[in-house]
Amino acid sequence: MNRSKLIRFTHGACISLKELPCLDFTEFRESLLEEIAGDGRVASFFAMPADDGFDLYAILAHDWREEFALLHCRVGDVYPALTPDCPQLHLFEREIAEQYGVLPEGHPWLKPVRFHNSWVDAADIWRRDPQQHPIPGDMDFYRVEGAGVHEVAVGPVHAGVIEPGHFRFQCHGEEVLSLEISLGFQHRGLEPQLIGGPHPASIHQMEAAAGDTTIGHTTAYSQVLESLAGVEVASRAYSVRAIALELERLANHIGDIGAMAGDVGYLPTASFCGRLRGDYLNLTAELCGSRFGRGLVRPGGVAFDLDLPLQEKLLQRLAVLEPETRGAVELCFDSPSVLARFEGTGRLSTDDAETLGLVGVAARACGLMRDARLHHPVAEREFDTPVIDTDGDVFARGNVRRQEIYASHDLIRDLIKRLPEGEDQRSLGPLAADSLALSVCEGWRGEVVHVGITDGAGKLARYKIVDPSFHNWSGLAMVLRGQQISDFPLCNKSFNLSYCGFDL
Amino acid sequence: MLNMIRERLRQGHRTGKFPRQEPSLPERFRGLPEVAANLTHPQINVAVNGCPFNALSEINGKMQIDLGRCIFCADCPAVAEGALSFSRDYRLAASHRDDLRYGDDIYRLADKLNERMLKLFGRSLKLRQVSAGGCNACEADLNVLGTLVYDLGRFGIQFVASPRHADGILVTGPVTENMKSALLDTYAAIPEPKLVIASGACAIGGGPFRDCAEVNNGIGELLPVDLYIPGCPPHPFTALDALLRLLGKR
Repeated sequence: MNRSKLIRFTHGACISLKELPCLDFTEFRESLLEEIAGDGRVASFFAMPADDGFDLYAILAHDWREEFALLHCRVGDVYPALTPDCPQLHLFEREIAEQYGVLPEGHPWLKPVRFHNSWVDAADIWRRDPQQHPIPGDMDFYRVEGAGVHEVAVGPVHAGVIEPGHFRFQCHGEEVLSLEISLGFQHRGLEPQLIGGPHPASIHQMEAAAGDTTIGHTTAYSQVLESLAGVEVASRAYSVRAIALELERLANHIGDIGAMAGDVGYLPTASFCGRLRGDYLNLTAELCGSRFGRGLVRPGGVAFDLDLPLQEKLLQRLAVLEPETRGAVELCFDSPSVLARFEGTGRLSTDDAETLGLVGVAARACGLMRDARLHHPVAEREFDTPVIDTDGDVFARGNVRRQEIYASHDLIRDLIKRLPEGEDQRSLGPLAADSLALSVCEGWRGEVVHVGITDGAGKLARYKIVDPSFHNWSGLAMVLRGQQISDFPLCNKSFNLSYCGFDL
Repeated sequence: MLNMIRERLRQGHRTGKFPRQEPSLPERFRGLPEVAANLTHPQINVAVNGCPFNALSEINGKMQIDLGRCIFCADCPAVAEGALSFSRDYRLAASHRDDLRYGDDIYRLADKLNERMLKLFGRSLKLRQVSAGGCNACEADLNVLGTLVYDLGRFGIQFVASPRHADGILVTGPVTENMKSALLDTYAAIPEPKLVIASGACAIGGGPFRDCAEVNNGIGELLPVDLYIPGCPPHPFTALDALLRLLGKR
């Protein structure tokens, strides 16, 4: 293969589309499969309308080489599906089919993803009426027939205060044979809103892309614009973002461990963690006034400074919170009745995790070292203590969180101590025209990947968001196979994925 | 067992003293906005045009803010112009959509329910929560009300699993097209008489997603709203204050 046709780049690069070779489809396919076979994985894969057909872009991450590969080709409204040879593309190809009416021929599981009308004037793949809004969940669910087999349907409205989604279980007695997850209820049409931008509302929509990952998504978005504008973020702002990202991770990981403890009926840790989670959110509020980090990260830097009195305050509060957090968390991991429920439940093999392209906590719990903080820092690497576990079960996902909580405490303290002096906001000039930039941010669930493409006038012509949940929902469906249906809540909590991050 | 008791002692008693004692909120917290007095027409004009969500308008030469549209941005252009400032007052709930719009007059907080409804719900209010496109920030900070710090249960308020057990519905999110029918079905399943609460900028008016093709700009045109809780997301104390106000406990 002609390797010169592959663009290799590192995080933060701005790639001129004019210099980007357009491969023919066979070459595109072979290069992609070769990259995947050579330790690559799909970070993003999307289409964009072109004059004659559609441009396909594949961005593959090579974590240990700390680089990305970019592949580009042009297809008409039909092309041979890549999913049979590269299963981690299954949702990406379904998404493209839904957005642009481009048929991946031979896709083994071609169903709608988010239930919206096509973004372009194209024939609907599923022959639905283009004048009507599609009905969410209206698709052929996988079905198991036979004596004693029954179906359980859950959602979209769930029993708790949580986001909506539909789960369809095929069960034999208590045992789950298959779980199919149908989402899209939260679809707000985020990506099309970005076209022609960045608009004044864009940053606020990014803050709500997945509201519990505000720092993750706004950092990824800001980095895309900074790369396109050719501005390097000020080192002080870079550190403040990193601190906020760890505070977000702490709050969510602690909340998750509390929720997992609650699901197995271990109330001390559930109660303690519920309170502690709020205390970490309050630290973020000390920084920017919002418990979810609204208003903090802005393209070009951060809007709030972590001044000296606030640094002292954070360090003091952390010094109190850390032993309380350790106490609450260790109590649960030291309790035989909790471990009996966590260990061996919802197990996913390393091979399956790799095939499905899992990221973040769920991948690291299966022994896959995937952490953008380690592999793809956009500037100085500030993190070198990644955590993995190998069992791939509920315990492993809890344990990765537990160790990451302790690592985050150390990282925040270290970042505050070394906080560089200087400006925390630089103004962005116009964005480079006809360019592409990729950004990766290791949010608490996993890597948040944003890609921006500009048109000839330097306005966004396509914006692609991949929340870690987009990869990981398939992992949850997989671990339910052979589990008792009563273990679904526990397995679900151990993943704790985002509905709106998936639905966009 | 001993470990558990030891840990329990270390963690201590954490239930807050609210509402007997006012909460202490961070210095940078953005609460009830205050419109500056004596603004000139050009000043108002700049502020009105600067808001990406059309939360500001000019009425009879005075500036008005709509808390149903404001998302309490940290980088509010009107604040930069000196036309607006955010106070640390977390009490934001209102009973009527019109009450959310105010200028330099006093903001009218939510009223308590009428006598009949108070008799029914005053000591026990069960709510069904539906997220209809909410980003999980509103949802997360409602869940927090169940933790021991806020301990919603001590006021007789509880989120329940079925609309059949509920006295009202609390909606978050801008109401995506894909959640509209599930939301209306849930509402229909709640026995009469029932309450409707719109929590967060999205549920009130679409929030940052106002006028996006896939959303319905909140529940205003779909359901009869009894209580509005502004914020993006509302602080847990804002939501708690709102619910207590509704029940006449504040």
